[in-house]
Amino acid sequence: MTSETTTPMIGRAIKRREDPKLITGQGNFLDDVKLNGMTHAAVLRSPYAHARILSIDTQKAAALPGVVAVFVGKDLLDVNPLPCAWPAGGFKNNMNTPRAMAVDVVRFVGEAVAVVIAEDRFIARDAIDLIDVDYEPLAVVVDPEKATQPGAPQLHENAPNNVVVEWSAGNREGTNRAVASADVVVKERIINQRLMATPMETRGSIARYESSTNEFTLWTSSQAPHVMRLLLTAFVFGIPETKLRVIAPNVGGGFGQKIFVYPDMVFCMWISRKIGRPVKFVEDRSENFKSSTHGRDHVTDVELSGTRDGHITGLRVKTYAGLGAYLSTIAPGVATTLYGRIITGVYKIPNVSIDVIATYTNTAMVDAYRGAGRPEASYLIERIVDRFAAELGMDPAEVRRRNFIPPTEFPYDNGLGLLPYDSGNYAPALDKALANVGYADLRKEQATLRAQGRYLGIGISSYVEICGVAPTAWANGQGWGAGLWESANVRIHLTGQVVVTTGSLPHGQGVETTFAQIVADELGVPYDSVLIEHSDTAGTPFGYGTYGSRSLAVGGTAMVKSARKIKEKAKRLAAHLLEANPEDMIFADGKISVKGSPDKSKTFGEIALYASVGASMPDGEEPFLDETTYYDPPNCTFPFGTHISVVEVFPDTGAVEVKRYVAVDDVGNIINPRIVHGQLHGGIAQGMAQALFENAVYDDNGQLLAGTLMDYAIPNAGMLPDFEISHTVTPSPVNPLGVKGAGEAGTIGSAQCIMNAVIDALSPFGVRHMQMPATPEKIWHATRG
Amino acid sequence: MIPAAFQYVKANSVAEALVLLQQHGEDAKLVAGGHSLIPAMKLRLSQPSVLIDIAGMADLKGIAVNGAELTIGAGETYHAIATSATVKHACGVVAACVGQIGDIQVRNCGTIGGALAHSDPAADLTAVFLALGGKVTAQSANGSRQIAADDLFVSMLTTALDSGEILAQVHVPVLQKGQGAAYAKLKHPASRYAIVGVAAMVTISNGVVTAARVAVTGAGPQAVRQASCENALIGSSGDAAAVKAAAAKAGDDMDYLGDIHASEEYRRAMVQVYAARALNEAIAQARA
Ligand SMILES: Cc1cc2nc3c(=O)[nH]c(=O)nc-3n(C[C@H](O)[C@H](O)[C@H](O)COP(=O)(O)OP(=O)(O)OC[C@H]3O[C@@H](n4cnc5c(N)ncnc54)[C@H](O)[C@@H]3O)c2cc1C
Repeated sequence: MTSETTTPMIGRAIKRREDPKLITGQGNFLDDVKLNGMTHAAVLRSPYAHARILSIDTQKAAALPGVVAVFVGKDLLDVNPLPCAWPAGGFKNNMNTPRAMAVDVVRFVGEAVAVVIAEDRFIARDAIDLIDVDYEPLAVVVDPEKATQPGAPQLHENAPNNVVVEWSAGNREGTNRAVASADVVVKERIINQRLMATPMETRGSIARYESSTNEFTLWTSSQAPHVMRLLLTAFVFGIPETKLRVIAPNVGGGFGQKIFVYPDMVFCMWISRKIGRPVKFVEDRSENFKSSTHGRDHVTDVELSGTRDGHITGLRVKTYAGLGAYLSTIAPGVATTLYGRIITGVYKIPNVSIDVIATYTNTAMVDAYRGAGRPEASYLIERIVDRFAAELGMDPAEVRRRNFIPPTEFPYDNGLGLLPYDSGNYAPALDKALANVGYADLRKEQATLRAQGRYLGIGISSYVEICGVAPTAWANGQGWGAGLWESANVRIHLTGQVVVTTGSLPHGQGVETTFAQIVADELGVPYDSVLIEHSDTAGTPFGYGTYGSRSLAVGGTAMVKSARKIKEKAKRLAAHLLEANPEDMIFADGKISVKGSPDKSKTFGEIALYASVGASMPDGEEPFLDETTYYDPPNCTFPFGTHISVVEVFPDTGAVEVKRYVAVDDVGNIINPRIVHGQLHGGIAQGMAQALFENAVYDDNGQLLAGTLMDYAIPNAGMLPDFEISHTVTPSPVNPLGVKGAGEAGTIGSAQCIMNAVIDALSPFGVRHMQMPATPEKIWHATRG
Repeated sequence: MIPAAFQYVKANSVAEALVLLQQHGEDAKLVAGGHSLIPAMKLRLSQPSVLIDIAGMADLKGIAVNGAELTIGAGETYHAIATSATVKHACGVVAACVGQIGDIQVRNCGTIGGALAHSDPAADLTAVFLALGGKVTAQSANGSRQIAADDLFVSMLTTALDSGEILAQVHVPVLQKGQGAAYAKLKHPASRYAIVGVAAMVTISNGVVTAARVAVTGAGPQAVRQASCENALIGSSGDAAAVKAAAAKAGDDMDYLGDIHASEEYRRAMVQVYAARALNEAIAQARA
């Protein structure tokens, strides 16, 4: 290491260090992992959404040459069902979570019924067709509201009316009064349709058991390997946590779906122990769609009251949230805390009341999907505020401005049991977006075109969200069953190279790069000398993983804190060598020097060498520079922004063209603009896709109609406009980096931005609301009255 | 998404492929680009026990104009066709149609023979081929025969080809002065196949439409001609009013499919919209 001044890395749009490997085929994804003696699993999945299993005959399958063994649910009764780690407030105490395989009853199409283990994947799949299952079909319910109605099919004996959670927040009486006495009340039924995360890499597990040590190794495509280890050992298998090592190889996207514990982890582990050989299971796309978690699925009735001059006085919300046939790992908390507590968005609303009824339905489990609760909240409030503006005949930008939480009121408590919003200044982001899009001119152009029979729509969305989750104590109060801090260890090796290990990890978003940027700057060392190690419970400190846009705000902060501890020790050691006072030492530009005498200095490299050899440490000092931090933030962070889109709808076909998309996002300080923009692009694309075409539809029999990529429309580049992205920067006071988080903001800001534009375009046809996705067919119908 | 086990044989000539077809009988399937067959096999909707690979064989290549006919070898890929100066010049609608199918990977593998032999209800080329009034040459152990476009598509995923036959060549007319042909498509948001695709070929002589062929794909179980629409246009000047009247008859006599993306009602309406678009473009070309 030299003592040359290194260029600051924070704020630089450097390319992602992960990419050369990933885009040249040198990545190591789950399916690339091959072990000696490895067997392959294929899963027989239920074709029924609800049925009793009368009998299963596996004899023919077991007899197929190449088949090693066949297992059914009854074989695995010696391990527990999967745990649910976030039962949330208002929980009805009917924890129905899946087992590795169904035992007597199947409750959704795609639930595992039997597993074949074979010498290769092809034989395993062939054998599936040889298993005979006798089912007695039962009545099915897929709609989260209908599930609660009298006479609805019951999924679990302990859950009357299929209710999981009855949860509320706010001030019911005040809100009832506000709504009853208001000048203007708008109400709407607003559906947030079910979506599928569709990571490019599907999920799966490979388990290896060593009988000599009773140790398991599990490779799984996961956003939280340490949590998987904890849940699988302590809750499912009842074995010491030390008997399992979990490795997440390169993870090809997750969007939340890979946070959770899944049946395949359990059966791969259990079977590998049983047969004494490694077991590999990798989902195909249809299995990922049918049996990994979905997102959203809300049916909401909302009323918003206000004055004629555009001040909002009340908000009353009742939401039915479908959680699927069983509870996934954190599902109840997503539908309650992460949704209901931020339902007022960027507005100061004096009276708010929200009820959430979360239900079991005969569908795949629903859990966090990019944004997790906040997109649902943001969609709801931004849609109904737009509806309010339309009712008043007022400019939607103006109505927003009138109701924004004023900048003087931060930290702001919205009265819904959330921690106070850390910092915010909403009007500048709105103003910048209006200026960037040329709002006033656009409204004129819209009027001109309307006169010619062309239908332009302009949609605004001002959002705020909750990132960097979260202080453990607060989360525990919300029913979260563990911690939410994050870990980072920083070590300086003899050669001056920096090795960081962390419980956080990348799952496609580039945090290896971002982490290295902040550590390099904090220590004043070259970026290339910082290595980030992650994703393996062996060799990394326990941590909670990557989700909730927390990797940088929580994990990154842990690194900064560890680096600062390293600097303190380096100062003490340098002071010793220079015979100075530690308090008089300055750490800058990769050098530690004595205040006032810059020529009395040691380079950081010299100190690293000295500490690593450790031959002559001062009294009370240990050799080596090695510091660990477990960082629990004092608050969440609250990114915000305004997005504006311009669309044209074509009444003859109902087609929508998104002509422009302007986003002004305030994600706090920006470490790497290229990565932040990439995150925003992807997020906006996903929100836009929800608005226009994604829809995980089940029919009334519980069959997933959108069960393949030929039916489930995900966005491709050709369907999207250029994104015009800019920022305002309001640093978060919560963490030393001043960062808020950027992983989900795009998704949270965008669906309503497009829907508001489509509905604005259709307003001459009397349209005031439309459910997502705004397909050409729906629009075509709407233009025909 | 794992196909059932199958045996794979590579044929180097049509003659060899025909022998293999005879040997393996009904259990065998030809594979060209594989972009329709392999997805069906992965879902186990199709489970042939032998695949006879005819991709890339010289016998099925070649793009040439003979007088008023453009002949394209069944094994030519979409990419080769879309970028062929001969095709663009002789019958531009074919190049334009295949140039927008799927994505680059699909166009590099998918073949014109595979597309017509497969008769997917949402395929693009079927409608264009019908509207052009093309024909195919089919070869079997007993020799070869020609099948007219109007006779080729029997029902969903079923053509008039026998299981022992190979589609060897595709013939379409070279468009003459006074003729125009166009294809207009509403893309499926997920698969990008046609939710509705309408192809039209129009001949105008002395300001009068003397011939018109219109075909619809995507909306129903197989690509079909639109006789009422054609008849409404023939004899007219092909002006806006005539196109409107003719387009209003498009889709009159056909069966429809509906799904989560587009109902029967919507498809029916879109057939008319896209018929007007295809007709307008074809007429503009014919007049040019
Ligand atoms: C992602 C994707 C997107 C697509 N998008 C579109 C689209 O937008 N529009 C569209 O029209 N299509 C689309 N396709 C389908 C594509 O056009 C197919 O490749 C084409 O329809 C079939 O051609 P192929 O050469 O791949 O046929 P194959 O899949 O090899 O064969 C299809 C069938 O035809 C038979 N066959 C093949 N060649 C012959 C022959 N010479 N003689 C007799 N029988 C033969 C085979 O036995 C098989 O039954 C798409 C496919 C994919 C995978």
